[in-house]
Amino acid sequence: MEGNIEKKLFSIKEIILNLIKNNIRQYIMFLGLILIWILFEFLSGYVFLSTRNLSNLFLQSATITILAMGMVLVIVAGHIDLSVGSFAGFIGAVVAFLQVKMGFGTMQSVMIGLIFGVLIGCWQGYWIAYRKIPAFIVTLAGMLILRGGILYVTGGTTIAPLHRSFKAIGQNYLPHLFLKNAVYSDTSIILSIIVIIFYIIFELKQRKSRINYNFDILPIQLEISKIIGISLAIGGVFFIMISYRGIPFALVVVMFLALFLTFIANNTVFGRQIYAIGGNQDAAKLSGINIKKRIMLLFILMGALCAAAGIIFTSRLGAATAGAGNMFELDAIAGAVIGGTSFSGGKGTIFGAIIGALIMASIDNGMSLMNMDITYQYIVKGLILLLALWIDVATRQKNDI
Amino acid sequence: MDKYILEMLNITKEFPGVKALDKVNFRVKKGEIHAIVGENGAGKSTLIKTLSGVYPAGSYDGKIILDEKERRFNNIKDSEMLGISVIYQELSIVKNLSICENIFLGNEISHNGVIDWNKASNETKKVLHKVGLELNPRSIVGNLGMGKIQIVEIAKAISKNVNILILDEPSASLTEIEVENLFQILRKLKLKGVTCIYISHRIHEVFEIADTVTVLRDGKTIGTNKIDEIDENKLITMMVGRKLNQRFPRKKHTPGKVVLEIKNWTINSSENPKRPILKDINLKARKGEILGISGLMGSGRTELAMSIIGAYGIHKKGEIILNKKLLKVNNPFDAIKSGISYLSEDRKDKGLVLAMSTKNNISLASGSKISKNGIIDNNKDIKISEDYVKKLNIRCSSIEQEVRNLSGGNQQKVSIAKWLFTKPEVLILDEPTRGVDVGAKLEIYNTINHLIEQGICIIMISSELPEILGMSDKILVMHEGKLNGELSWEEATQEKIMYYSTGGNINGRKH
Repeated sequence: MEGNIEKKLFSIKEIILNLIKNNIRQYIMFLGLILIWILFEFLSGYVFLSTRNLSNLFLQSATITILAMGMVLVIVAGHIDLSVGSFAGFIGAVVAFLQVKMGFGTMQSVMIGLIFGVLIGCWQGYWIAYRKIPAFIVTLAGMLILRGGILYVTGGTTIAPLHRSFKAIGQNYLPHLFLKNAVYSDTSIILSIIVIIFYIIFELKQRKSRINYNFDILPIQLEISKIIGISLAIGGVFFIMISYRGIPFALVVVMFLALFLTFIANNTVFGRQIYAIGGNQDAAKLSGINIKKRIMLLFILMGALCAAAGIIFTSRLGAATAGAGNMFELDAIAGAVIGGTSFSGGKGTIFGAIIGALIMASIDNGMSLMNMDITYQYIVKGLILLLALWIDVATRQKNDI
Repeated sequence: MDKYILEMLNITKEFPGVKALDKVNFRVKKGEIHAIVGENGAGKSTLIKTLSGVYPAGSYDGKIILDEKERRFNNIKDSEMLGISVIYQELSIVKNLSICENIFLGNEISHNGVIDWNKASNETKKVLHKVGLELNPRSIVGNLGMGKIQIVEIAKAISKNVNILILDEPSASLTEIEVENLFQILRKLKLKGVTCIYISHRIHEVFEIADTVTVLRDGKTIGTNKIDEIDENKLITMMVGRKLNQRFPRKKHTPGKVVLEIKNWTINSSENPKRPILKDINLKARKGEILGISGLMGSGRTELAMSIIGAYGIHKKGEIILNKKLLKVNNPFDAIKSGISYLSEDRKDKGLVLAMSTKNNISLASGSKISKNGIIDNNKDIKISEDYVKKLNIRCSSIEQEVRNLSGGNQQKVSIAKWLFTKPEVLILDEPTRGVDVGAKLEIYNTINHLIEQGICIIMISSELPEILGMSDKILVMHEGKLNGELSWEEATQEKIMYYSTGGNINGRKH
């Protein structure tokens, strides 16, 4: 039998057209983000796109981004998590309580917070995976229980002040290390350069190994323009932050988690099995995948992410409040779904969730800059969610034909 | 009695690429029980769907004459209006509703939109009485057994003043006592002048209940006979009498030692734990041999395979012995790990993850083979997938292409590749060429022969008699959850297989 993967030679134009065709939804969502930014730039009287505001925007979106990234995996597996808002708020309250009422240090309280996250994840995962209660109900119960937990821990009041070192997680930027008086944070610049160099090395290694295995590769001109383009994009985002105050610690955490979760989704057996379970549960089961164990593990991972989100949120606020995390679950779900995650399971990307969460944060931020009444903010957000899904469904139908 | 109540003349129905019905003629006399028999895929269900309006007038060629007038049904409502009622294989009962609610579903007794439950309840009682079912109209249907649910369906049909009652494989999911019950009701209805069309592939039932029998084969009418003018042998010959013109790449195999042995295997249904699905099955599968399993729909073939890999049924009795060692299989993972892999008959619902790439589907059941500490070696993953794509001649634009966009034959090859990658000792293939074009079929047969040469033990389940006859070394025939016959390929014929499939007794007849 002869080889049969049709190795056609494509022209550069065809490759680009194919790329756009195959990733149309990602591009639409990215374009949507840019459009929203330009729109708010005008509506806000030219303050939206300032480095200061964008820098704040990234920082504000950190919590939702973490939750949305976890939510993608949960939805991909065919489940849902409604508890993430209360969950994050509860962990924040516990950590604050430990510091203020029990005299724990920053490290200890953060560690205990993360352990709590894992334990609560175990609890929810157990009911969903082993007791077969729909995730919608289990996490709805979790949402109520944890909301009660917050009130119990905080006693309905605000817990403050927190340790300075703890608040630094959510409020501070990478420090000046060598050049104390420089205008820009030197460590931030060094980090940016390292990230870009790593990216380029990664791409080149990838290309080399594809050549070794005799796989299809992009033409060299296109490969170079791709590397330059993405390097510029990474550099651009870093530049925005550096020219304000530097890179916030919180965003270092978010970037680390984004890489980690992308790796989980694409390069681990666990990740691939999660996609298979969401795509076709019967096929996954007949393929010997232990569905219960995977779902359990997924909710434990989600628990840890909720804890991380709660810690970052509480430290940025500098206090734990009774209302912390309210409605976060909806922003997280909206972010995941706007980012192209399919509610029928089996499809979704971490990168999409980041863009989706940024879109949600941009809308919040932009409308606040315009001093829009909170009433309308809710309405606009609701409509945008509907619009985003409509675009998603419409393009999907076209792709199916 | 000699008037035809229904005549279907020259009915032709085509689906893309298939002629499901080819000039079928079918005439039913008033007040008779008329059986339609035929193999899987002979066109029985399609014929009924043209009659009931599921396939509207205009989507087929030919004439339907009911009560001496030509009729054109555009939907099910049209045919129901004239007293045609169909009870399908998949029952159309809502299990969470009560008997009363089900019987009047879509047909509620109401005044200005408000349902008169008392009247409905009363009517239900009357109808239930007619079919000999003394039950509270308010009982929830889901709590009744399959047999009673079927009778509720019949009651529903009667409540609509049925003239022609059509039952599509009604006995497939019933126990013997339930079938007997059903027959009594049908006989009662016959006395009241209801005409009944009874679709079945259980020959003995046909002889028990029917007055007339029509045989369909490959979408054509083979003949209509009075039941007392025909015997089992003749009926079977009519059902299978197709010429074997397809070529199979038969190779001489030399069976080796016994790899898999199943002893006294007895399994009850997952859905209905009291109902036995498999009864005392004993079989031996050898290295380097194709063991064919034949049988009609509902005979328990797929359930046998699924229960072996721990994915179906409530285990009652029996053991699996693999390479002389007793094997404990709780789930498909255990089965795969010990070397038994199962290719599902339903590749879209149970085989492939359609939204995933060819590559990810191929390695889906072999996570540990492409990874270290849970981290996938992407290059190895790609390499192996490309190897299988080449070996099985899978036509895809790249291994990253989603399998949903591949043709049926190539999808099936991806499924096969997935199971080959698990490196099984025993490979169970359930309908390996269903919905696959002729070219891909031949390729799959060649692959199977190649696997035999490598010493893999293959169990092949198939509804296609030519395939079973053309490929197997030994053929087991299942009937109602039992092994009802064993034939070597040299002695096997379509007639013999069909004889055992329809319940023929092993010792009762000489071939």
